[in-house]
Amino acid sequence: MAKITYIQPDGVEKSVDVDNGLSVMEGAVRNMVVGIDADCGGACACATCHVYVDPAWTDKTGTADGMEESMLDFASDVEATSRLSCQIKVTDALDGLVVRIPRTQG
Amino acid sequence: MAQSHGVLIIGGGHAAVQAAQSLRQGGYGEPIRIISNEPVAPYQRPPLSKSYLLGELEADRLPLKPDAFYAENNIELTLDTLVSAIEPDKGRVRIERRGARSEHIAFSKLILATGARAITPNLPNDERALNGWFTLRTRADSDALGKWMERPRNAVVVGGGYIGLEVAAALSKSGGSVTVLEAAPRLLSRVSGEEVAAFYAREHAERGVEMRFSTSAFGLFGDVRVDGVRAGGGAARAERIDANLVVFGMGVRPNVELAQSAGIPCEDGVMTDEAGRTAHPDVYAIGDCARAWNRIFRRPLRLESVQNAIDGAKACAAAILDQPAPAAHAPWNWSDQYDIKLQTAGISAGADATVMRGDPDSGSFAVFYLRAGELVACDAINAPPEFLAARQMITRRAKPTPEMLRDTSTPMKTLAAAV
Repeated sequence: MAKITYIQPDGVEKSVDVDNGLSVMEGAVRNMVVGIDADCGGACACATCHVYVDPAWTDKTGTADGMEESMLDFASDVEATSRLSCQIKVTDALDGLVVRIPRTQG
Repeated sequence: MAQSHGVLIIGGGHAAVQAAQSLRQGGYGEPIRIISNEPVAPYQRPPLSKSYLLGELEADRLPLKPDAFYAENNIELTLDTLVSAIEPDKGRVRIERRGARSEHIAFSKLILATGARAITPNLPNDERALNGWFTLRTRADSDALGKWMERPRNAVVVGGGYIGLEVAAALSKSGGSVTVLEAAPRLLSRVSGEEVAAFYAREHAERGVEMRFSTSAFGLFGDVRVDGVRAGGGAARAERIDANLVVFGMGVRPNVELAQSAGIPCEDGVMTDEAGRTAHPDVYAIGDCARAWNRIFRRPLRLESVQNAIDGAKACAAAILDQPAPAAHAPWNWSDQYDIKLQTAGISAGADATVMRGDPDSGSFAVFYLRAGELVACDAINAPPEFLAARQMITRRAKPTPEMLRDTSTPMKTLAAAV
């Protein structure tokens, strides 16, 4: 289990416990975090679960693979730490993770 | 002013949930009620033919929303309840629940998100009563099929569209022989071009899936359990193909009966404008059951996809709230088979030219479909840039030349920016 803090587009921070094995996207959907659409449900098909990983955490979350990277390439407002949250799997090592959600998805 | 009875949504899929969510997000303050005939809260359907069927995605990861979503947003979710009639002029529907008398529920606005149901051959009752044949639409369907998959099997999948192929992939991955029967001379004939069909035929064949084209299913053999399929090029020439598991993936028929009985025009789908408005001012229809005017393709389209359900629901909510319509997007969809990801944008039907980008033998390529020079669709296989660029270009009705599309030395982002 990991405590994850989601910073919503409206600035509100939501800190929630997310079970291991779920994705960071699923943690957001289950806890009604605003700003993550995740239309495809986690199939890495739609790029509507874009988040910015807090720079302190990028070592632990890893980096995007080729498929994810090319999806992100077409998302709006991409930054160096952009990820698709459906592709980040939650483990104990992510306890304390902070992600910020962009203003728009897609 | 009379008290509002709020919005009543019939159906328990993506469209129903998105409509309720968008109404609340847009500030709708009246009651919202979702009535679903399924026994469980709305869930994701795409995994039912893929990861969920294979047991890779657990049941508790299927729901679209946590239970708290409905309570927190004051959305009343009524499950296991059938709507047997709608009476738009009286502003009410009739519902039936097991062991209870029918009752009426009032609405101010009604949204039909009734979805579609799977087609099967016209089976006589004794064949219909056999165990071991399936369609795939609901979680219960997937659970039943998954359970039957636990035993040794030789499976026949009837229908070489995306659902049929996804099920064939899942069946093949989990062991046992699989034969796909397709009535047309090739796979994916309604939705994709020949290049894509040939690629999938080869990928499945390499994994031992047998394909029989120009072959329709006419009936089932068996005593209590299915032990064969009656199939062939015509009913008179049909032969027996042994099978102890049969899945019909022959497409769907929209659930339009409620609208039809209320006199609302339907033509393979409830006819609507692009915001889901039907011919009746208080009734809307969205998702798989609707044939909605499409601004980009300039014709009414009935689409079966998550994207169509979500975008239709958002447009419908905006219309009910009397807010500006959200921007229209090109339709898109995806299919996962084995380790192959297809992403598709637009509608290829009616195209007059196709352009191949990349080499199918590399496992990553795209086919673009043009009509009168305009990009109308793209099938991208393990090729997200092609898909995403196409989605943008189709939405703004761009006209990239075949030469540009074919030229892999120019990145898709550069190409999309240039047209």
